[in-house]
Amino acid sequence: MSAVIENHHDDHHHGPDKGLMRWVLTTNHKDIGTLYLWFSFAMFLTGGCMALVIRAELFQPGLQLVVPEFFNQMTTMHGLIMVFGAVMPAFVGLANWLVPMMIGAPDMALPRMNNYSFWILPFAFSMLLSTLFMEGGAPNFGWTFYAPLSTEYAPPSVTFFIFAVHLMGISSIMGSINVVVTILNLRAPGMRLMDMPLFVWTWLITAYLLIAVMPVLAGVVTMMLMDIHFGTAFFSAGGGGDPVLFQHVFWFFGHPEVYIMILPAFGIVSAIIPTFARKKLFGYDSMVYATASIAFLSFIVWAHHMFTVGMPIAGELYFMYATMLIAVPTGVKVFNWAATMWQGSMTFETPMLFAVAFVILFTIGGLSGLMLSIVPADFQYHDTYFVVAHFHYVLVPGSIFSIMAAAYYWLPKWTGNMYDETLGKTHFWLSFVGVNVTFFPQHFIGLAGMPRRYPDYALQFADWNMVSSVGAFIFGFSQLLFLFIVIKCIMGGKKATDEVWDGAEGLEWTIASPAPYHTFSTPPELPERSMA
Amino acid sequence: MSSDSTYESYYVPHNSPLPIFASLGLFLTVYGGGSLLNEIQSGSGGNFGTTVFAMGGLIMATTLFFWFSKVIEENNAKMYSQQMNKSFVWGMSWFIFSEVMFFAAFFGALFYVRFWVVDWIGEADDVVGGRGPSSMIWPDYVPEWPLLNNPNPEQFPAPAGVIGAWGLPLVNTLLLVASSFTVTLAHHAINDGERKKIVGWLMVTIALGLAFLVCQGVEYYEAYTHYGLTLSSGIFGSTFFMLTGFHGAHVTIGTIMLIVMLGRAMKGHFTKTDCFGFEAAAWYWHFVDVVWLLLFILVYILGT
Repeated sequence: MSAVIENHHDDHHHGPDKGLMRWVLTTNHKDIGTLYLWFSFAMFLTGGCMALVIRAELFQPGLQLVVPEFFNQMTTMHGLIMVFGAVMPAFVGLANWLVPMMIGAPDMALPRMNNYSFWILPFAFSMLLSTLFMEGGAPNFGWTFYAPLSTEYAPPSVTFFIFAVHLMGISSIMGSINVVVTILNLRAPGMRLMDMPLFVWTWLITAYLLIAVMPVLAGVVTMMLMDIHFGTAFFSAGGGGDPVLFQHVFWFFGHPEVYIMILPAFGIVSAIIPTFARKKLFGYDSMVYATASIAFLSFIVWAHHMFTVGMPIAGELYFMYATMLIAVPTGVKVFNWAATMWQGSMTFETPMLFAVAFVILFTIGGLSGLMLSIVPADFQYHDTYFVVAHFHYVLVPGSIFSIMAAAYYWLPKWTGNMYDETLGKTHFWLSFVGVNVTFFPQHFIGLAGMPRRYPDYALQFADWNMVSSVGAFIFGFSQLLFLFIVIKCIMGGKKATDEVWDGAEGLEWTIASPAPYHTFSTPPELPERSMA
Repeated sequence: MSSDSTYESYYVPHNSPLPIFASLGLFLTVYGGGSLLNEIQSGSGGNFGTTVFAMGGLIMATTLFFWFSKVIEENNAKMYSQQMNKSFVWGMSWFIFSEVMFFAAFFGALFYVRFWVVDWIGEADDVVGGRGPSSMIWPDYVPEWPLLNNPNPEQFPAPAGVIGAWGLPLVNTLLLVASSFTVTLAHHAINDGERKKIVGWLMVTIALGLAFLVCQGVEYYEAYTHYGLTLSSGIFGSTFFMLTGFHGAHVTIGTIMLIVMLGRAMKGHFTKTDCFGFEAAAWYWHFVDVVWLLLFILVYILGT
């Protein structure tokens, strides 16, 4: 091998720089992964505080704490921050940390662009949060920003909201291109696509969805911008446009978006359950095909969010049946996880607790989704707390639980230390109880007719709202325990072995704990075909 | 190093200040742009917005210049392996796919409006009998495409006419299709190693691109002055200017790419095996060309 290449190779083994500039200038996938994860956690707490403002106001009927205008800003910002600031960056952070280690790559394919993708986000969210202090207040039209509420009747800060969304979109697209290219081009020699761990598979498909729909979101906010500032008529019937057009374009982005927030979770759970059941994942191939099917279906079901908007009946029927079809591949996944656990030698460390809770609670969210897909039933459920309960069940004990499961599962690999198992389990049980106490009663008040996005409600909803608010505060404050556990684990603790978990499979467990700054500068030899 | 002697090390750059400057530049551009728009709307000058916007744009342009220079420099220093090259190829392909989806949103809007909304606003209502409720609000509305009688002409004054397909747009079609051929001829010249031909065909391609932009400018001028067809003349103007405008912006970007490639070709860059930069620009150019063909058919021929 030539001396030049040897030199490059040595060049790879410098350690991290010291100080703040390490994080600002880094091109290392592990550093960038860490940045994404901390950013996501900061946004999770920020959006969480907004949720607690909402739940505090809803603790009792009547107006107690905030004015309705501010309540609207809270629901809007809570949704936007949780979707774009907490859940999505957390998954990108996990992809950054794990994908190169799982496929035996030296780093992400385009490391400088990787840094760019991350550092756009703090700017975007600073801009979004700064709207809270602007004249007229922050965006107040709900996270789905339906026109004309978000155009003709929007506060002036909507302009900055639009540009913030543009920045998030640019960041997501570049991040996703990086993930796709890394997976397609940087796999260790001999690793076929169908040898990849499921987390890598689910992220490949997620990245594809992101590249496909984030530009559509950019398109729809651009139309808003033009309507607001340049007199176009996209969403104005007076000029021959249509507010419903907004909803179609938005949900063409929005429905794939909700799968963007759950597919990587499927990958995480598919990694954790086999480890702690000490069995191979049941039905690997069917998991891959199910993920791809869900992704495909996500493009052709968007209008089920709009059943009450006045669509032709043929449209309603089509979107109803297409939506119900999604239950099939999703069912395949849930049954595969159950079959993986069946007769396994199971132990219940914290990651497994979160993963099992994910399977059960995500399924509840999935089943209420099936209820919502039925057009005549949806006429009743639309815009009630039943919908709120549904999507929080898939997002909180779904996406968020999977992220926490992933954090506990891979923390020993990242830090070299075991987290405190007792505290971890305490965190799990507090979260589990908190989540269910918060969101399960919302099914009842939703079915009883309480509409979403109101700061006040009729007296008959008082009891369950109070219960729900208590649950929200339990869940919210128990996340401070999570923060403590993570910091404690970084600071020290029982040393982790390289394999960490005795049933774990995958390339990331073949390297040292903590993972060296540079891994797989030369591709690993794959042990055998059955490896991944 | 492992015994695998065919393996080339994948280049992972060390720390780089480029991305943080690009982030800052991007942020200042949009923050300044947003401020400017809001200042215009509230009628309060626009100095702050303009300043920040200009600063951001300058930082962004400078950073991109240094970023691309760096990549070209690294490539010329043979720091990139074949595998790295493949990363660039995949990266550019997926980027173009994202651009396709961006245009899809606007084509989708045009499709939805033309096939449903125009009729829904004015159509007879089978259930109620007679015309729908919108006819009571807007009795003069005529559901036809292109819309020459907007539902609410006070808010959205309709155009007197629209740009026909067989004048300037046809010329533009010929220009862009021709430029797709000439850029391919430049590619063949790279493969044959004929330096003069590379430069020549690239110059022709750029000239065709610029000619397209000039025609587009003339066409917009005609639309605004002769037909009263503007961004705010209802949904026809909205879709027309957004689709052709974003396309024009992409032609501009593509032309800039080609000019950079021309400069590189003059400096002696590009060989048969090492011409990714050129190929990326050429793919982008073909993409812009295909979008135009769609525009020509859907917006001009079928739309006017």
